[in-house]
Amino acid sequence: MDTSLLIIQTLNGIQLGLLLFLVASGLTLIFGILDFVNLAHGSLYMVGAFFCATLTFALGSFPLAVLIALPLTGLVGYGVERFVARKLYAKDHLQHVLGTFGLILVFDTLTHMIWGPQGISIPLPAWLDTQVTLMKDVVFPTYRLLIIVSGLVCAAGLYWLVNHTRLGMLIRAGASNRTMVSALGIDIKTLFALVFAIGAMLAGLAGMLIAPITEAKIGMGNEVIITAFVVIIVGGIGSVKGAFIAAILIGLIDTLGRSFLDDVFKLFMSSSAAETSAPAISAMLIYLLMALILAFRPQGLFPPMVR
Amino acid sequence: MFGTLSRSSKLTLLALLVLAILPPIFIWTGNSFYVDLATRLVILAIAAVSLNLILGYGGMISFGHAAYLGIGAYAVGIPAHHELYGGFEAIASFGGFTHIFLAVGISALFALITGAICLRTKGVYFIMITMAFAQMLYYLLVSLDEYGADDGLVIDARSEFPLINLDNSLQLYFVCLASLAAAMLIVRTVVHSRFGMVLQGAKGNEERMTSLGYNVYAYRLVAYVISGAMCGFAGALLGNFTTFISPEMMAWSRSGELMFMVILGGVATTLGPLLGSAAFIIIEEAFSSYTIYWHLPFGLMLMAVVLYTNGGIMGMKFKWRSPSAEKGTQENGTK
Amino acid sequence: MKKFIAAALAASMFTLPAFAAEVKVGFVTTLTTGGAVIGKDMENAVNLASAHMGGKMGELDLNVIFADDGFKPETGKQATDKLVKQDDVDFVTGYIWSHVLLASRKSVLDQGKFLISANAGPSEMAGKLCHENFFSTSWQNDQTPEAMGEVLNQQGVKSLYIMAPNYAAGKDMVAGVERTFKGEIKGKDLTKWGADAQLDFSAELAKAKASGAEGIFVFYPGAAAGAFVKQYQQAGLKDILPLYSVFTIDAISLPKLQAANFESVLGSKTTQQWDPSLKNEQNKRFVTEFKARYGSYPSFYAAQSYDAMFLIKSAVEAVGGDLTNKDGIRAALKTANYDSVRGKYTYGNNNFPIQNFYLREVVKDNDGNWTTRVASTVFENNQDSHAKDCSMN
Repeated sequence: MDTSLLIIQTLNGIQLGLLLFLVASGLTLIFGILDFVNLAHGSLYMVGAFFCATLTFALGSFPLAVLIALPLTGLVGYGVERFVARKLYAKDHLQHVLGTFGLILVFDTLTHMIWGPQGISIPLPAWLDTQVTLMKDVVFPTYRLLIIVSGLVCAAGLYWLVNHTRLGMLIRAGASNRTMVSALGIDIKTLFALVFAIGAMLAGLAGMLIAPITEAKIGMGNEVIITAFVVIIVGGIGSVKGAFIAAILIGLIDTLGRSFLDDVFKLFMSSSAAETSAPAISAMLIYLLMALILAFRPQGLFPPMVR
Repeated sequence: MFGTLSRSSKLTLLALLVLAILPPIFIWTGNSFYVDLATRLVILAIAAVSLNLILGYGGMISFGHAAYLGIGAYAVGIPAHHELYGGFEAIASFGGFTHIFLAVGISALFALITGAICLRTKGVYFIMITMAFAQMLYYLLVSLDEYGADDGLVIDARSEFPLINLDNSLQLYFVCLASLAAAMLIVRTVVHSRFGMVLQGAKGNEERMTSLGYNVYAYRLVAYVISGAMCGFAGALLGNFTTFISPEMMAWSRSGELMFMVILGGVATTLGPLLGSAAFIIIEEAFSSYTIYWHLPFGLMLMAVVLYTNGGIMGMKFKWRSPSAEKGTQENGTK
Repeated sequence: MKKFIAAALAASMFTLPAFAAEVKVGFVTTLTTGGAVIGKDMENAVNLASAHMGGKMGELDLNVIFADDGFKPETGKQATDKLVKQDDVDFVTGYIWSHVLLASRKSVLDQGKFLISANAGPSEMAGKLCHENFFSTSWQNDQTPEAMGEVLNQQGVKSLYIMAPNYAAGKDMVAGVERTFKGEIKGKDLTKWGADAQLDFSAELAKAKASGAEGIFVFYPGAAAGAFVKQYQQAGLKDILPLYSVFTIDAISLPKLQAANFESVLGSKTTQQWDPSLKNEQNKRFVTEFKARYGSYPSFYAAQSYDAMFLIKSAVEAVGGDLTNKDGIRAALKTANYDSVRGKYTYGNNNFPIQNFYLREVVKDNDGNWTTRVASTVFENNQDSHAKDCSMN
């Protein structure tokens, strides 16, 4: 194992972690404040990617498409809150899981009907489709670097929003004591809708950022949502800081596992058996981590203050 | 002769009777495919009945129950695979009793170990940690090249029992149906015992049960193990039915479907899980033969059930409810 | 419960034995999930074939029933069971994915029906699991990568990095290229496959680059192809690590890559038993009318599906429409006496084609669309290497 490969794989891990954070941060806010389990959060990730793909072809510019697709995805998120989620708040988690499971099926099938089964590749502008040399032997795709930067900017923005604004104060208050906030005469409905829309935009942004690498694809949200749940559970529900740390941790475990675990396995099993098991075992590590953390800290790394 | 039975018991017996009469008719009219459909339905109903014990009566929302279906199926497939192709002499066997013993034993053990850890958590953390253990098992089997990894494995032989031939689809069906009747009876007996009362009491108010001197954790763990073992048995039947094992059997979406069957039918009722799985299988079959977009009406229906009914099919149709169903599905003591 | 009875009874009414003179063909493919893009192409080809036959095979009406495998072996097996037991089809064909075909084979063969793969060619079914009622109109998985391994030898490539999805066909592809490639394998990665396949290859591409190999061999069929090629380009590997692929850059991925303007695939090479530019009458008609009807080039999946329908037609006509004459049908299938779009081929002892393999090159056609054309012939009348494990003669 050489150092430059390790550095590159670490960067890849951080990039994956930041994308996970974008999805998980919205999820943890919705969960923390609204006490609402939203499995369909991943569908907003998918919807964001498809909006962005269509707009990129219509407008001929990827950055412009992102700017317009963001509020559109937020609007879809608002719609979900207004017509589905709002009616479910009063029910228990079990009903949330099932109702939003149904919502996933609806989103996936509608996407299939509207955009067809094939998925869409998003072209990148030429200036992003290059590589940067960070140091000797460490050459990294420019676009992946952009994802890291955007992820960090979003994380910082969210930190500022939650800790230094009035909205953030309400969000924090709502997360620890909902009745109190409504007792203060705050329009709780608007607050909830706003949080939902912000969460949708964050998830949508993650979808838009990944689509030029993979593609806008039906069911892409279902792959990410379970991992995002692991992130918020490990981090502690409602904690944006926890989600950030857990997301990076899980991104690194997954990427480094895929990169180096097969070499380790080859020491004691055949090469083809190692190639089969290494990716599966590195995927398993994430769940192992979650089970271990919950076994010792039943409320995650950064449990909410008051529940 | 049913005079002394409650209305719910009568309904349950009627449902089982219908299930006993239909398949021979299917065979007679040359529709053997519907026997397959009915077999799948009955096996999933057993799994749903087992899930209902902990989810409905115990308030433990397990999002990883499909893991036991997988364990059961692999407990049939792996010994048969070794009997056919050699290796691992210790378990290689076509023997049905060996398969059942492994399926139930390993499921119970898995439930005991994971349950001991999971039950330390509450609410949504419990939902997610049960899913985590199921996912670990899923990826473990994906990593095992010997047993087909992601591709799964066709088992060329079914479990062998004296007098019964599982290769005969009707005999297999009646074995499954008898198992379903037994499973419903077991759960009913457990629920109405003192043990069951404590379990349901703890669902409503954990503190009170604790202060009455009951070790709620132990009660829940025992229920969790019973449920897992029962679902493992259903898995062994599933393995015999499909003659195919694959990690896909324990994917999280499968666990979600099992939950859906329980809710759709009505939690904490004897007949609910059966009605739920019947509705699920029939609707899936009916929609999917019309359109490849069948997930759309299916998803909408799921949402409608959650939004507009309180207790699934049982709640919609009948006034009668068991006392513990009154509170809906209050979970595991959060808040 | 009443609903159940009603539904069941209603269903049984519909399926009273039909005496209409028709041949029923069950076609199992992927119609949902990302794999549906391939399934759609196959469905189109079957409909085109049916139109070209005038909806008839000999005197019998042709009835094709499509079924979705959902990209999962278990679902595929269920769909197959239903076709065999409920619809009582005479032939079952289709099958994109090797793991789906492996899971479904017994359901068809145990019922004495004919199984014809229009794509998947898992090594097991060419070897020890070969069966007299199973035929392929495609290839055995190992053959195409074996041809690519030979091309690599000819081009003097000394070392290779390998990437493929982790399922039955992926493993066969790796085995195939390793069998013929004489240089050093610097490393390989098998990635998660299925409906939730891994599409972000950052870690693997970084490893491939660091391995110092002279080329990268990949197999990423369907939707994964576009994702792979994009990341390959974004990582700037074109000049460092030339791309050699099988079943990856095809009529499914090229329109998407063209829309996203990935010029780097122009000129890239791949091996195959068929190409739209092959010059025989059947192929010209197929390609021209497929383009006219569906607006894009047919993929090899489409070509093989089209062939499967004509192979079945030849057998049905050979027995004069007597579908109970299984021996006659089997003997007719074995002769491969029909106009295949790839040109004439014969069947080996394991009922897999013995056929030519070509090197194809990605080019722009006269209208500016990206497609492939034959650059050279790699193997002539090639038989797969698993045929010797098959006990049939």
